[in-house]
Amino acid sequence: MTATEAWVRVCAVEDIPLLGSRVLRRAQDADIALFRPAAARVFALADRCPHKGGPLSQGIVSGDTVTCPLHGWNIRLDSGLACAPDAGCARRYPVQVRDGEVWLSLRPAARADAEAPAEAA
Amino acid sequence: MGKPRLVVVGNGMAGIRTLEELLKLVPDMYEITVFGAEPHPNYNRILLSPVLAGEQTFDEIVLNPLSWYADNGIVLHLGKEVVRIDRARRRVVAADGTQAEYDRLLLATGSVPFILPIPGNGLEGVIGYRDIHDTQAMIDAAKVKKRAVVIGGGLLGLEAANGLKLRGMDVTVVHLAGWLLERQLDPVAGALLEKSLAQRGLDFRLGTSTTEILGDETGRVAAVRFSDGGEIPADLVVMAAGIRPNAALAQAAGIHCNRGIVVDDTLQTYDPRVYAVGECASHRGIAYGLVAPLFEQARICANHLATYGIGIYAGSVSSTKLKVTGIDLFSAGEFMGGEGAEEIVLSDPAGGLYKKLVIKDDKLVGACLYGDTGDGAWYFKQIKDGASIDARRDTLVFGQTALGDSGTGGQDRAASMADGDEVCGCNGVCKGTIVKAVREQGLFTVDEVKKHTKAASSCGSCTGLVEQILMNCLGSNFQETPKTKAVCGCTDRTHAQVRRAIGEHRLVSHAQAYAFMEWRTPNGCATCRPAINYYLISTWPREAVDDPQSRFINERAHANIQKDGTFSVIPQMKGGVTNPSELRRIADVADKYAIPMVKVTGGQRIDLLGVKKEDLVEVWRDLGMNSGHAYGKSIRTVKTCVGSEFCRFGTQDSTGMGIALETMLANMWSPHKVKLAVSGCPRNCAESGIKDVGIIAVDSGWEIHVGGNGGIKTEVARFLAKVKTAAEVKEHVGAFLQLYREEAYYLDRTVHYIERVGLDHVKQKVVEDADSRRALYERLLYALEGLPDPWAARIAGTQAREYTPLTLAPPKADRQIALALED
Ligand code: SRM
Ligand SMILES: Cc1cc2nc3c(=O)[nH]c(=O)nc-3n(C[C@H](O)[C@H](O)[C@H](O)COP(=O)(O)OP(=O)(O)OC[C@H]3O[C@@H](n4cnc5c(N)ncnc54)[C@H](O)[C@@H]3O)c2cc1C
Ligand code: SF4
Ligand code: FES
Repeated sequence: MTATEAWVRVCAVEDIPLLGSRVLRRAQDADIALFRPAAARVFALADRCPHKGGPLSQGIVSGDTVTCPLHGWNIRLDSGLACAPDAGCARRYPVQVRDGEVWLSLRPAARADAEAPAEAA
Repeated sequence: MGKPRLVVVGNGMAGIRTLEELLKLVPDMYEITVFGAEPHPNYNRILLSPVLAGEQTFDEIVLNPLSWYADNGIVLHLGKEVVRIDRARRRVVAADGTQAEYDRLLLATGSVPFILPIPGNGLEGVIGYRDIHDTQAMIDAAKVKKRAVVIGGGLLGLEAANGLKLRGMDVTVVHLAGWLLERQLDPVAGALLEKSLAQRGLDFRLGTSTTEILGDETGRVAAVRFSDGGEIPADLVVMAAGIRPNAALAQAAGIHCNRGIVVDDTLQTYDPRVYAVGECASHRGIAYGLVAPLFEQARICANHLATYGIGIYAGSVSSTKLKVTGIDLFSAGEFMGGEGAEEIVLSDPAGGLYKKLVIKDDKLVGACLYGDTGDGAWYFKQIKDGASIDARRDTLVFGQTALGDSGTGGQDRAASMADGDEVCGCNGVCKGTIVKAVREQGLFTVDEVKKHTKAASSCGSCTGLVEQILMNCLGSNFQETPKTKAVCGCTDRTHAQVRRAIGEHRLVSHAQAYAFMEWRTPNGCATCRPAINYYLISTWPREAVDDPQSRFINERAHANIQKDGTFSVIPQMKGGVTNPSELRRIADVADKYAIPMVKVTGGQRIDLLGVKKEDLVEVWRDLGMNSGHAYGKSIRTVKTCVGSEFCRFGTQDSTGMGIALETMLANMWSPHKVKLAVSGCPRNCAESGIKDVGIIAVDSGWEIHVGGNGGIKTEVARFLAKVKTAAEVKEHVGAFLQLYREEAYYLDRTVHYIERVGLDHVKQKVVEDADSRRALYERLLYALEGLPDPWAARIAGTQAREYTPLTLAPPKADRQIALALED
């Protein structure tokens, strides 16, 4: 993979603890949380809970969700959507794991809830 | 070899609940066959009264539709009454000849209405009140007949009478005792009830026995005659004079019966292959007639049928509510008083209010409430817990509100609350929302309410109120089962079962625990993971794997997360004692890291608030102090007063004692946080009365109090022991805390733990039995020995990446261009 696809290499997969997360600090922009729910799966979300902006990177990762440390919302890692009964969405960034390395696209993916009419975008 | 066969006789509430509990534990263990004499699937018998009153329909009260049986592979024989048990061949035979062989047999045949042995009791129009068939017969009779006589002024009789009246009949209730509900109410409350039912148009003949039922020429009932010679006309007679355990089938098979089918604490009959639950069973001489105890039996019985062999049924205290809309009465326990009992009575007959509490040996043993039952659930809990009420005696009768704690104060009266009143302040949930969810979604437990409405899911201080709302919606169908609830949605196992399995099967890692206990999720959830982590490390110290990813952020980072994502740092300050050089270092650190706030905590130490996560390790290094564990389910503080070294009243060196205890307990993890205090004399300046362990020095030694709590719901610590020497204090305190560490469920503070197991149990293990105390103390020291201070460990490099954010590699020129082009 080359950088021309707007992908940037972040770290080795092992740099993120299994069932854990790391925060990616950026000079100008907001933090991104990287999660590793399974050995070779990594997801990235904006490090801001849709509830009151809690740092999702500090939550407990289990199954396909992370539990926000501030008030316990569960956020789906693959879509950024809050699990019912809560409603909201954290911005999602595409991630690829290649040869044990984590690559991230810094262009946020389309909002997972954009097509769901019930959800206020 | 095929699966063992389980045959259930009785398709009612207790039998089917046992199957539900069994299927939760072992879905595939048995081939199950059920015989039910009634031609219906299992329905909620309790709700026959609302059906009779026209408030609900039969379809609404079905608990297990036919599909449930099919889905679980259960062979169901409806409308087939078992008439014979052949124990030698291990099979049962139904009236129509259907047979089934068993390896285990469960008898759940319920009760039969007691039919008075008087002339005319077999006439057409004389019925009992037990099943939907009887209920339908009453509904049909009310359409064409006018006059009903109900024999029996108990719960069942009054509910029948109320329903028939609502359906337009003239109803007379004949009752042998001098007041209504004599088994549930005392005479005063009984009279209040009679008055309000009379206002609804019911007639009563109290203190009267029925001698004969007279028929007309067609063999239909025409009148009822009493012992005093009086007589009243009747078209329908409902016998509600009591129930008898339905044990005839078992008796005929030679299974030991004594009124009911005699069972032991595992619900096994004298034939080891045969179990019995429900109203047909007689346990320690009692046959219960309300569902809550039967459900408890079902749970224990299922556990033994599943061959888990955990749990004994030790009997139940039950409470009663009458399901007549608009009438509030509640009674529980030994409300009649009697020898050695004291009574507290609050009576306002004109206002329709009456409250009686019965106290024995400093404990609440019974309650009888009429008119305002808002505190019913609360009193019931006190009765079941058997906690001493000594400290609350003066205000007890005024109910929970009178305790004035902010958790429940002023809002505990679930019954009198309006739908728009807020119940859960954290999530803004109103009473109406909860009631609606309970009704529409058929919720039974506080947990379900939490899930569906979010009420009580945050700080939890409104849990009691939610319980009351549930109880008011469900009547005595409601079970408060904190001890028996599953850990979380990932499993059906309870905290007790999980603890036990981890201990018995030497489970030392999360993966082992989830695999062995067949967790439904691959790696748990944010609720169970921290609990399992605690159980692992407390059961197998130095052996189990402490998993940082299973700890809440505070315990993972060893600091307390704040609303803006920064952290607070509270260094250990043993006994609240510091010195100039520590203070100077704290000041320097605050300057160097631009810490926005320095505050003295409520726990006698200093808090540095607003520290950035990536600065934490450096802050700790510069402070050069140990972790205060202000973030963990762990030892927190030992507060002290100045004591005998300086104070003119001090009797012992309380400061020194506090420092010794805090040193001993350093780095101790526990089910919830643990706070101690040591005061130098009974003036108690360290507030020992509201601590998990509170020590008060007296001239002759030290008093140890346990189970206090100054938090959400203030609880005063209870006296555990008085000892002479400092060494004894350490051993007692250590042993108590180890017992708590070993036996409490995760997130139970000491007060909750003691409420559950009883102070006597604690005293037995910690005070009376010196060997047990020493062993506990040694286990604590073993668990703590060699544990590093977590801050020191992190300064030395442990878990470094937790504190280090990732950054992007300095952008190469070509990459930047590529990115720019893409944008
Ligand atoms: C810092 C401190 C307040 C202060 O500035 O004085 C404090 C701060 C917090 N307390 Fe406390 N409590 C503090 C003393 C107390 C006390 C008084 C005491 O310890 O003597 C109590 C009542 C005593 C008791 O626990 O019985 C107290 C009862 C609670 C409770 C209710 C506990 C309960 O079982 O009822 C909670 C909620 C919980 O733990 O679930 C809580 C929770 C919290 C949390 C951790 C809330 C949270 O989960 O984030 C607060 C962290 C604030 C922050 O952003 O850092 N705090 N908290 C005190 C630290 C004391 C220390 O030196 O360790
Ligand atoms: C009108 C009414 C109101 C009530 N209100 C309350 C209340 O508010 N709160 C409360 O806690 N309790 C209440 N109860 C009591 C509660 O319903 C019972 O305690 C509970 O149903 C008992 O459960 P069980 O399984 O032991 O018996 P049942 O639910 O009666 O089940 C026994 C079943 O076994 C069947 N059976 C019996 N013998 C045989 C046989 N030989 N072969 C096949 N099948 C057989 C019966 O037909 C019956 O279906 C009420 C009861 C009634 C009737
Ligand atoms: S009382 Fe405790 S939990 Fe509440 S705001 Fe103050 S510090 Fe936070
Ligand atoms: S900020 Fe995440 S749950 Fe409140």
